Amino acid sequence: MAPAPELRRRLALAVLLLAALALPPVLAALGQGYYVGFAARVLIMAMAALSLDLVMGLGGMVSFGHAAFLGIGAYVVGIGSWHVFEGVPLPFGLAGSENALVVWPLAMLAAGLAALGIGAVSLRTTGIHFIMITLAFAQMLFYLAGGLKTYGGDDGITLYSRSSLGGLNLSDPFTFYYLCLGLLAAVLAAFLRLADSRFGMVLKGVRDNERRMRALGFPTYRYKLAAFTLSGAVCGLAGALLANASEFAGPAYMGWQRSGELLVMVVLGGMGSLVGAVLGAAALLILEEALAGLTQHWQLLLGALLLLLALSARRGLWGWLGGGGRHG
Amino acid sequence: MILQLVIEQGLNGLQFGVTLFLMAAGLTLVFGVMDVIHLSHGSFYMMGAFLTASLGSRFDSYLIGLALAIPAVALIGMAVEWIAIRRLYQRQHLDQVLATFGLIMIFNELVRMVWGSQPIFLSPPAALAGTVEVLPGIPYPLFRLAILAAGLAVAVLLAVMIRRTRLGMRLRAGASDRAMAGALGVDIDRLFTIVFGLGAGLAALAGGMAGTVLSVQVGMGESILILAFVVVVIGGIGSIKGALVGAILVGLVDTLARTALPVALRSAMAASQADSVAASLSSTSVYLLMVLVLAWRPKGLYGART
Amino acid sequence: MMRVAASSLVLAGLLAAASPAWAEPGEVKVGMLTTLSGPGSSLGVDVRDAFNLAVKTLGGKLGGLKATVIEVDDQQKPDVAKDAATRLIEKEKVDFATGIIFSNLMLAVMPGFERAQIHYISANASPSQLAGKQCSPYFFSAAYQNDNQHEAMGHYVQAKGFKNVYLMAPNYPAGKDGLNGFKRFYGGTVAGEVYTTVNQLDYAAELASLRAANPDAVYVFYPGGMGVNFVKQWEQAGLKGKIPLFGPGFTFSEDTLAAMGDAALGTLNTAQWSPDLDNAQNKKFVADFEAAYGRLPSVYASQAYDAAMLMDSAIRKVGGKLDDKAALGKALMAADFKSVRGGFRFNTNHFPIQDFFLREVVKDAKGRYLNKKIAPIFQERGDAYAGECRM
Repeated sequence: MAPAPELRRRLALAVLLLAALALPPVLAALGQGYYVGFAARVLIMAMAALSLDLVMGLGGMVSFGHAAFLGIGAYVVGIGSWHVFEGVPLPFGLAGSENALVVWPLAMLAAGLAALGIGAVSLRTTGIHFIMITLAFAQMLFYLAGGLKTYGGDDGITLYSRSSLGGLNLSDPFTFYYLCLGLLAAVLAAFLRLADSRFGMVLKGVRDNERRMRALGFPTYRYKLAAFTLSGAVCGLAGALLANASEFAGPAYMGWQRSGELLVMVVLGGMGSLVGAVLGAAALLILEEALAGLTQHWQLLLGALLLLLALSARRGLWGWLGGGGRHG
Repeated sequence: MILQLVIEQGLNGLQFGVTLFLMAAGLTLVFGVMDVIHLSHGSFYMMGAFLTASLGSRFDSYLIGLALAIPAVALIGMAVEWIAIRRLYQRQHLDQVLATFGLIMIFNELVRMVWGSQPIFLSPPAALAGTVEVLPGIPYPLFRLAILAAGLAVAVLLAVMIRRTRLGMRLRAGASDRAMAGALGVDIDRLFTIVFGLGAGLAALAGGMAGTVLSVQVGMGESILILAFVVVVIGGIGSIKGALVGAILVGLVDTLARTALPVALRSAMAASQADSVAASLSSTSVYLLMVLVLAWRPKGLYGART
Repeated sequence: MMRVAASSLVLAGLLAAASPAWAEPGEVKVGMLTTLSGPGSSLGVDVRDAFNLAVKTLGGKLGGLKATVIEVDDQQKPDVAKDAATRLIEKEKVDFATGIIFSNLMLAVMPGFERAQIHYISANASPSQLAGKQCSPYFFSAAYQNDNQHEAMGHYVQAKGFKNVYLMAPNYPAGKDGLNGFKRFYGGTVAGEVYTTVNQLDYAAELASLRAANPDAVYVFYPGGMGVNFVKQWEQAGLKGKIPLFGPGFTFSEDTLAAMGDAALGTLNTAQWSPDLDNAQNKKFVADFEAAYGRLPSVYASQAYDAAMLMDSAIRKVGGKLDDKAALGKALMAADFKSVRGGFRFNTNHFPIQDFFLREVVKDAKGRYLNKKIAPIFQERGDAYAGECRM
């Protein structure tokens, strides 16, 4: 039998999933169909936050540049679609593509490779320097993206249609929402299993005491780099979905404020629990939306809330909801 | 013609560099002495600019405005330290990021509530309008020279303060070993409040001066904040000397790249394309510089701590 | 999961009709999506204020229908504008949209409005793309085509015999349109063609390069805060009076002239409107605007005022039947309203055909900085792209 906190956690997870499944019809019934699209974006940002929690919560690597991977994923979708729309071939005579089965894995690959490169350099540093160097790399990519004049420069790419995926119509808000939900659930399930695997255990060991793990003979650098690369790839998938959701890809997705937002989501939800990242993303975005509807000075309220949260040192939403602290 | 351009652009780079230095000096002290990642340092820069504009028009003098804005922002900084930052010293960097991210939102919104979302345009004092010939045939705006001189003067004052005064001694002690300094009887709490206020005042000076070259608007602090962090990391966390060298380096590299790259690229592509690529590459150059410096010296040019 | 999706779809279809966000019968909803923060905000504020003034003048109505104007700040960011447009379309279900200042944002949001079959009446941004190949039955410009003011100044500078002109503009679609327009009528040497980053505020480095290039005239397109800073720094660098400076009306516009102060005084620029235009509609507009807001209207304000009057005339023509999009399009095309510019009619691509003239920045007896009409340049000018538009 599962111990009580574990049971409670599973129950909470099941309730969350059911609520997510029921959301679109309920919103439609309330005449708030617009919010189905909003909910899909929440799921997408949750996936990005989840990818950050893998390196930050489990591996103790505070990345202040994860938005770069989000942006790369978005750009792959945007560039593929741009070439289809303009009818111009890519270098090496490759045609553009809007096929999700082609561009989404490519988005993951590109973001993963970028993460591999950035990680290989950044992971030689720790602490504050790691935070700053990931920020520096993300800023470089942000400005480089702004120089892609063919693809809109600072203005980015406006997509004229969403990716195509078999017989599914991704422009339909419901279909798109359930697709995002399915992908998020799959990533979450995979990450939860990973956290309990040997790989996850080593990562957590590195987070708590890297020197000890190294003394035990683990190649900690390689473990960290593998986690960072995987995280980048998943964030790239989130970026691909984000480009579809907003039908836009541009440097705006790679700015440091966006990276900061992802950090806030993870901390808000409860670092290291993975589920918490999802909750944190939902909480932050819904809070923004709700406060913005309430007052035009919503940033004041949200800022005060974040400050209080940081000062109070709570374990985050998932700790509160699931009754436990860090997962594992 | 070329010499004229090099000298003028060099002065532009230096002037940008000293503005960065004023921001980075406070940041590196807070970072080095208090071990706090303080994202809302840019808010002091912004408030310095807004208060300079407001008080300046109130008293009909830019200089009075600036002179009043600096202590005002220093006091605000001390209050912020006393209310919020103080509770973050023993905490993870992540909590500090979250808290100061929240502070940015609070300050931005407060400023928007008081002054609105539209930019305010500050003019330099009439006495400093016009140009001087720095070398025969090379006119340069007097006010920009004044910014340069003020920044360098502050750098000298800071250096003297840190080397020669009691406060400076305590600062150095706190930066190298906080626990030891506390054990030796340095009132750490008070020291930190003073450091924070000093940093805020320097940021306000930077903001008040930059406001005349740029414009005074909500969010102006964020764009310079990240560059100031880059300067701090390049110079070495906690080192004022590093901040000065890093700031000048960043200012010069940025201006040099912005001048030379478009010229170099224009022979290869259309003007708007060349300028776009040049703008993106020159913005990247500063971050590349940081990565290179860290690869060479992982703790920055003058860094003592990790 | 697919079953849930399918059944939800049916449910959504059933409920969509009953959605409370639809406009009430007898009501018209206008999305005012414009720039209200940052260096470009002086333009957006003028557009918003002038549009609201027009609605107020019309008794809170447009074409006899009660008008609701939903105001959103696009922050001059394409991604923010795109999301805001989606919200206006899907949540607020607006009947018309207007307000975008910057062409890069315009290009980002127009596909969405076109797909939703919502007429967009531009009070400013009018990029060449939308005038030519990407022209849309749902896009109408109540302003100009981006190139126009620049073409007029190119014509003037050419006629004055300048041979070596230095050109500067922000690096975005309207910046490129602008300098292209200038070069269409200016045939001399281009001493330099510089595109600065949008919302760059310190021009010290560019001014140094400019001085080194030693041109015989300079032409700059810098709207809003960019213009304020450029013109002030131009003076601070000691260039005023040394090299003649020209610009389109956008650079020297009443929304920023006060902030520029004496630095702009005496500068020549070109536009399709000026506060001193002598017609009844304009006199009322300028007087009402100044009474309501305590400042002079800019060219942007004049365009927004006309945009509202155009909407009013079209809604009246279709008898308030906003759902008949084809009839509404036809009614807009008729442009049956009194423009503050005097003459105004639409070309085949939904862009105006109108006059352009030279203006000079002056200071009047009350100490206000404003433009004065000097001399005509173009009569009934359309644009260079209408031929490419298949509609």
